Amino acid sequence: MFAASQNTPNSGWAAKAVAFFKDRLKEKDAHTWVPSLNDVPLHYLKPNSLVKFRCFIQDMFDPEFYMGTYEAVDPSTKAKVLRCGKYKDVTECGVSTTLEPSTMTAERHTFYCVPIPGESPWVKEISSSGQARVVPSTSYAPTRQKRSYEEDDDDMDTDTQPQKQREPHTGMSELSEPHGNGDCKRREKEAPSSQAASASHLDLNFPLPGEKGPSCLLKVYEEWDGFKLNEAVEVFGILSVSPALSALADEDASSSLLDPAGGMETAEEQRVHSPPASLVPRLHMLHAKPLPHNNPLLPAAGLEDNNSAFLSSTLREMAAVRAELLAYFTHVLLGDALAAEYLILHLVSNVYTRRDVLPLGKFTLNLSGCPAVASFTERFYQIIQQLVPSSYYLGMTLQNMNQMRLVPKKDYVANRLLSGALQLATNTSLFLDESQLEQGQLDTTGVRNVTALGNLISWQKVDYDFSYHQMEFPCNINVLIASEGRSLLPSDCQIHLQSQVAPPDLEAYLGGIQVHPQASQLNKFRMYLSVARQLDYSIADEVTKSVEDDFVDMRKDDPQSISAEDLHRMLVVARLLSLSLGQTSLSRDSWLRAKHVEMLRRSRMEQNKCVNGNEP
Amino acid sequence: MSSPLSTPGGRKRGRTTNPSTREFTCPPSTWPQVGVSRLVPTVPPNEVDMSSPLMYGTPSSRVEGTPRSGVRGTPARQRPDLGSVSKAPQVDLQSEPPSADGAVASEANAGQRHRKIFPLSLFIDPSSSEDENTGLDLNEPLYMQKLEEISVVGDPVLNVNCLHVQSFDAELYRQLICYPQEVIPTFDMAVNELFFERFPDSILEYQIQVRPYNALKTRNMRNLNPEDIDQLITISGMVIRTSQLIPEMQEAFFQCQVCAFSTRVEVDRGRIAEPAVCRHCNTTHSLALVHNRSLFSDKQMIKIQESPDDMPAGQTPHTTVVYAHNDLVDKVQPGDRINITGVYRAVPMRANPRQSNVKSVYKTHIDVIHFRKTDEKRLHGLDDAEQKLFTEERVQTLKELAAKPDVYERLASALAPSIYEHEDIKKGILLQLFGGTRKDFSQTGRGNFRADVNILLCGDPGTSKSQLLQYVFNLVPRGQYTSGKGSSAVGLTAYVMKDPETRQLVLQTGALVLSDNGICCIDEFDKMSDSTRSVLHEVMEQQTLSIAKAGIICQLNARTSVLAAANPIESQWNPKKTTIENIQLPHTLLSRFDLIFLMLDPQDEAYDRRLAHHLVSLYYQSEEQLEEEFLDMAMLRDYIAYARTYINPKLSEEASQALIEAYVDMRKIGSGRGMVSAYPRQLESLIRLAEAHSKVRFSEKVETIDVEEAKRLHREALKQSATDPRTGFVDISILTTGMSATARKRREEVAQALKKVIQAKGKTPAMKYHTLLEDLRRQSETAITKEMFDEALRALSDEDYLTVTGKTVRLLA
Repeated sequence: MFAASQNTPNSGWAAKAVAFFKDRLKEKDAHTWVPSLNDVPLHYLKPNSLVKFRCFIQDMFDPEFYMGTYEAVDPSTKAKVLRCGKYKDVTECGVSTTLEPSTMTAERHTFYCVPIPGESPWVKEISSSGQARVVPSTSYAPTRQKRSYEEDDDDMDTDTQPQKQREPHTGMSELSEPHGNGDCKRREKEAPSSQAASASHLDLNFPLPGEKGPSCLLKVYEEWDGFKLNEAVEVFGILSVSPALSALADEDASSSLLDPAGGMETAEEQRVHSPPASLVPRLHMLHAKPLPHNNPLLPAAGLEDNNSAFLSSTLREMAAVRAELLAYFTHVLLGDALAAEYLILHLVSNVYTRRDVLPLGKFTLNLSGCPAVASFTERFYQIIQQLVPSSYYLGMTLQNMNQMRLVPKKDYVANRLLSGALQLATNTSLFLDESQLEQGQLDTTGVRNVTALGNLISWQKVDYDFSYHQMEFPCNINVLIASEGRSLLPSDCQIHLQSQVAPPDLEAYLGGIQVHPQASQLNKFRMYLSVARQLDYSIADEVTKSVEDDFVDMRKDDPQSISAEDLHRMLVVARLLSLSLGQTSLSRDSWLRAKHVEMLRRSRMEQNKCVNGNEP
Repeated sequence: MSSPLSTPGGRKRGRTTNPSTREFTCPPSTWPQVGVSRLVPTVPPNEVDMSSPLMYGTPSSRVEGTPRSGVRGTPARQRPDLGSVSKAPQVDLQSEPPSADGAVASEANAGQRHRKIFPLSLFIDPSSSEDENTGLDLNEPLYMQKLEEISVVGDPVLNVNCLHVQSFDAELYRQLICYPQEVIPTFDMAVNELFFERFPDSILEYQIQVRPYNALKTRNMRNLNPEDIDQLITISGMVIRTSQLIPEMQEAFFQCQVCAFSTRVEVDRGRIAEPAVCRHCNTTHSLALVHNRSLFSDKQMIKIQESPDDMPAGQTPHTTVVYAHNDLVDKVQPGDRINITGVYRAVPMRANPRQSNVKSVYKTHIDVIHFRKTDEKRLHGLDDAEQKLFTEERVQTLKELAAKPDVYERLASALAPSIYEHEDIKKGILLQLFGGTRKDFSQTGRGNFRADVNILLCGDPGTSKSQLLQYVFNLVPRGQYTSGKGSSAVGLTAYVMKDPETRQLVLQTGALVLSDNGICCIDEFDKMSDSTRSVLHEVMEQQTLSIAKAGIICQLNARTSVLAAANPIESQWNPKKTTIENIQLPHTLLSRFDLIFLMLDPQDEAYDRRLAHHLVSLYYQSEEQLEEEFLDMAMLRDYIAYARTYINPKLSEEASQALIEAYVDMRKIGSGRGMVSAYPRQLESLIRLAEAHSKVRFSEKVETIDVEEAKRLHREALKQSATDPRTGFVDISILTTGMSATARKRREEVAQALKKVIQAKGKTPAMKYHTLLEDLRRQSETAITKEMFDEALRALSDEDYLTVTGKTVRLLA
């Protein structure tokens, strides 16, 4: 299709092509035909084919100007060919062709994308199995495949050797016929260890340490203003891994000494902005959609449109699932039902709006009184990881606090944003393990890191360090702090864990909590949490009135007992409680229940204060 | 002919040629060529040049008979900033840069333009207010005066405001913007012609170069797009990196190894075509490059990043590469905020013969023609509120808003709408945002008067103090937010650091210096260590910061308003104690705050109901509803910026009288009970507040109503913070000396009672601490706390009556 339309520029072919792909992808399951960069190792993918990538925009590079259309002249025949540079990295012309000056310059933007940081293993697993499900059994024609590779070899001559060797294993959908037999023949997913190893020497700038996965340079051709840093998107685009790219980069670097114009980019910058295409492929975007969530169990389109059937069926089940989940959490949290209740509220919380500087809807939970034995917090985190689509465990050891880069920082030498652990996608669960903290001194970095965590919790924002100034990026991260005593970080709500298990049995008990529920039940939980978080919510006028009355009454009895801050929290608790029950508006009952739960928690805190007060 | 040596990397201007021979080789009729083609004395002007379509019309009559010092006598300096213009013009037509404006050059009829420019010299701009025009008579032709200045100073650079060009001739302006490469040399020629006609005797080092600035296409970096290539643009940004100096070869000098014949070759797009054959002796490949006789020009790569103000939320700033040439090299430093006027260029990635595929991407950069630092004035000027440009309509709406009688209340309620009530506190902060008028008394030895209002908020935790601070920090352009817990003295002031790149010691400024002319918000003020707090003393009154460390001794300006928030020391505010006792801050520091507010729960039912309603509605109202209710933040920000920049109120006669009365009244209140209730500092506060209030009204005059409001607010704040909990009276000495007069009296009484107890015991040189306390408690009719007893002991030991060692008390007398 490209070939047909390419040589007639200004015919609006680009718009047509994008519309075509959009249409095709709207069809049911059409997106599952497209191989995903997340699951398929790069060398299995065919260059210049359509792929998708579920990713996170980590950095935005400067815009680049490219040859939109250009005329190539073959010196021998004097034949002029008009070509188009859109969706391509390199110009197509022979060794001795010259370019005519009648080029149209166009603009595109480059984003550096990485897989969604902290994505849970189960998400990866399910989304890749979702792929496999629709793949028809193997029926590819090796001969045809072979031919297409030879064609490719004409213009990429050097690095195709490994691909050839692997050829029997590969089979990709052809770009030219994405709808024909529409087969994405993906084979076994043996991750090539060689690739991972070679990736290590180049810093791929993942926000979280120890992350793996492909990163890519996303070329955006239109509406680039709509994208935001730290946004999670699913991109459909044309994969480009032309080895010419890296060859060019190498050459540039070596000859930059001679060429004064080459001096404008440092070698460092070169490395970062044009890494070898075999490591960081280029993806020319055709279509992208922002991901409101990355839970593969939910319909991808979001809850609002045409999913009412799904929504109503889930809503009906919600109360029941909640009860099961509550029981499970109670079991995990050593038999403490109240803490389990709060944990659910925390997991469905979401910053739904901001009033000037105030983020509304956040619910940072400080779970104090965690037993220091048998790595309770780590096990606890593993359970949460099983339930939420993305999460990160940050052990607040002195070493971590003093050495880790939490806040992203602009590196002006390489002209990129060095990522930090707080550069996270929306609704990532950040698990802060304060029980790891021991006595010692925080240095400057440590103080800055603790301040950054504090800012994150209080204002849901991270101040990125641009060295001459700071820039504020709002975020939406669920922070859960596990600590022994009260946390040194601020929190919206603190609850002290009351273990129902006798200390001697603790060890054995903790060994037991690791046992996971059934997979189907797990999936129910996962779905429940993601859905509850996305529900709309409203308060009716009558309820508003009664809430106000309640507040005034409570203050009348004892003004000290409840402050404006308490009311804030109660409103959030009421909201989350309603949502967790699948109710989209506040009812009188939910409000009373929220009041009751809060009261229980407060009385427990009073108790606990006394206990702490008695101890020296 | 010898040309002076220009060593690579030397700071000297790149091109100096001896002009003397030039006069003989050039017939007078071809003189304008100097502006266009390069001065290459050894190579006779070639035919193509003269017949080129771009050769300018020759109004040669104008210069007939000009003596040596005229245009011809002054060497032209190359303009690498205009790139290929240095080459013969018709080359441009054939091998056009890829930007497809091939047809332009022919369209531009240079000769016409040339003549058009002359009348520009008569341009008068009476409305000009720019700083660089100071000292010039605004009713005379502006640029003629500038030329005169050039003849006196000898700096051959003429800056031309593009707006002037536009108002003078829109077509010329369009050409200038679209084809700067061709038009600017024409400007050069016209100016030089004019200059030497007017000042035939003046001698310049080089010919005058015209540097246009302020092209209307002022855009931020984000808006640059392919259409701007090869056009004149002005963008603003911040310098983030500057490179080393790059010597760029302009002309290569070759010498034949066989016959020593020398020849020069110009650099053509970064390449030198090495002559293969010596023209003199016909030997092939005998020419060698002689470096130190080649000509080089200075070049510097500068990276600028878009300023944080014009960036959309949620995106990262863009950067652009900028090349500075010749004397523009090293004009800017990293961290400077600048406006750059220059030509936007796109260079294709070099096509390599060995490579079949070319990267289809261009590299872009800007060749600078003119730099303008936007924060330059900040270094020496007094009032620097950033030159924020307001559109006519915006000013109109702002003025309409100002004319409303309730503008003060409106603005106050627009401030942090999510925070409920606390009207007076919001009003106080509003006045702080506007600030007083800056006055300079350095002549009389008093130095600058502080114009900034400092405010301290204290109160129970959870009364949204931090939220107010955050809001203010987000509102003002130059605000800093620190927390007392996390900041050290060094972080607030400045520190010396070794720059990792240059290994030089550099002074890094801290929050207080960074918020110069802004607001420094300090949260958890009480948690700050004493040493940190002590640096605030100087800042909060003298508004400077003195630094003496690592061999750097200096005084930095820190004209910042401080907005601090403190929690009571017992976590809950104790209404039975004074402010000082509650927050445990030194009174020397407290007295530097103009307003101290308590944020307490009022605890009454009506208030509770309104609060509840406010909070609940916060959670269910939609965004749109909210926006209707209040002025939006952008409006407020503009309003404040406008008032701070343009309004400088002065005290009127009545207002001065009212202030005097207010001050006398305040003093009287106290004197009745034998206390001082006001100090000159309070009077100064009143003046500042009154000025700020008149700024809110956009009034140039401080009137009685301003004083009334200042008085009211000041009294409110005092009522809250300086009320003596024992008597219920306002007592300023709580804030100025840290102790209320009644407390002092009471301490005196206890001490006397204790003395009596001791005297009653007769001659006992030493006694137990506890028994003494017991005795005193028995004697006294009021309850004696341990603290009171300790204080009394201290008072007596100050009198040298006794001494306390451990748990025993010894008499001294």
